[in-house]
Amino acid sequence: MEIFIIFISASIVNNFVLTYFLGICPFLGVSNKIDSSFSLGLATTFVMVITAVASWLINHYILILFNVPFLEYVSFIIVIASMVQLVEMFVKKTSPVLYRALGIFLPLITTNCAILGLALFAVLRDYSFIQTIVFGIGAGVGFTLAIVVMAGIREELEMADIPYPLKGAGITLIVAGFLALAFMGFAGLISA
Amino acid sequence: MTDIKLVISSSPHIRNDESIPKIMFVVLAALLPAAFLSIYLFGIKAILLMATCIIVCMATEYVFQKCRDKEITLSDGSAALAGLLLAMTLPPSFPLLGAALGSVVAIGLGKHIFGGLGFNIFNPALIGRAFLQAAFPVMITTWDDPFAWRSPAVVDAVSSATPLAKMKFDQEFVPAQDLIIGFTGGSLGETSALALLIGVVFLLYRGYIQWRIPASILISSLLFGGIFWLMDSTQYPEPFFHWFAGGMVLGAFYMATDMVTCPITPKGYWIFGCGIGIITVIIRLFGGLPEGVMYAILFMNAFTPIINKYTRPKILGEVKK
Repeated sequence: MEIFIIFISASIVNNFVLTYFLGICPFLGVSNKIDSSFSLGLATTFVMVITAVASWLINHYILILFNVPFLEYVSFIIVIASMVQLVEMFVKKTSPVLYRALGIFLPLITTNCAILGLALFAVLRDYSFIQTIVFGIGAGVGFTLAIVVMAGIREELEMADIPYPLKGAGITLIVAGFLALAFMGFAGLISA
Repeated sequence: MTDIKLVISSSPHIRNDESIPKIMFVVLAALLPAAFLSIYLFGIKAILLMATCIIVCMATEYVFQKCRDKEITLSDGSAALAGLLLAMTLPPSFPLLGAALGSVVAIGLGKHIFGGLGFNIFNPALIGRAFLQAAFPVMITTWDDPFAWRSPAVVDAVSSATPLAKMKFDQEFVPAQDLIIGFTGGSLGETSALALLIGVVFLLYRGYIQWRIPASILISSLLFGGIFWLMDSTQYPEPFFHWFAGGMVLGAFYMATDMVTCPITPKGYWIFGCGIGIITVIIRLFGGLPEGVMYAILFMNAFTPIINKYTRPKILGEVKK
């Protein structure tokens, strides 16, 4: 039950994008087509889960053991960067089209604050190993959900008669605000 | 050879006389019983609130269309309808300035930023309401006692809990029959299910609202709420409570069925409605807020483009890829 609550909390109630406002750059940058946004969501989810596992191991077997918690940021960022390299090589090899569609945003998963945020939250909340994995999956699913919903709306808005100054990033930010308003309804559903 | 005049026109060849103004004014008329009942219950406050919202909504529409050099479409009634719907979701003693602000957000940000009627993703009235809920969380959850305005006492208002708040914080359930008649505390349009349903019968008869959406909302909330009631009937209200409490009737029949923001495929209607029903019950029973209809509708509005995309019926003769 506790595992289920962590999953729902990370994916919907405390959605990383729409309630913590983490990972906004890919959320705005790659959300113009449903297909590519879903792929980026999957890639981010993969990196999130691996990062969650690796950061838990590093935290418990290196940082705590040698009493060097100040190395937290550095070591987590190294883990994330190397995982993103792995994903990038995989995507480049298996789907060059997707590789081109994602463009700069694929290596930029490294600097996606949602992923570092995930690793730090997991340490902060003292999750067990299993809980950390579920937290990673939940956060990834939540990110994918948010970016795919946004992509659906933006595909719809391509035909809309939006005032010129608001086209592109402007309307996307406004829609993101409305989505966050809609997600506010889940506030208090699960604490933390 | 005689001159035969051939009229050549492109399709569609079959036309009917439905138009946007006609539909909007019929929906406005359908809301009248509920509007008059709210005036009967809450007096002058209700009149002022509804007037403010309608006037400010229309003014905002005028300003935005004027600024963008578009045709002014005030006379189609869509801004007035959004204003009335927004007023219906507000508590009677909500400050008029706040209501005006909500109206500007509803029409300006909710509708014209997207390009006007037909392009908006979210229901404009609900955007205004959600904005006010985020901006003034206390004012928007302070409800008057009905008939308080008639009492000779010198107090401005007597606040009372709504049936939903009673359920959530006191575990006290108002019986469904009281909710149907609706002399309970609440926002203007959420007190009486009966007054709203009079208009609904008319709208369904004219075919202006999709019966599948309210039907799926009501059925899913009944079933989902029923599961919890069967598990523990002391802690959770009886399933019919969900139908008549709060903004369910208003939301299910007047807001979720908004032609612009709901899906357009039969399968999509059911998915959309079931999503609203289930999310509403979850927020009502477990969430931090007493009412969830508004958020449920906004949430499913966001999914509408995706639902449309993946429930598109197959074109005759289409081959599966």
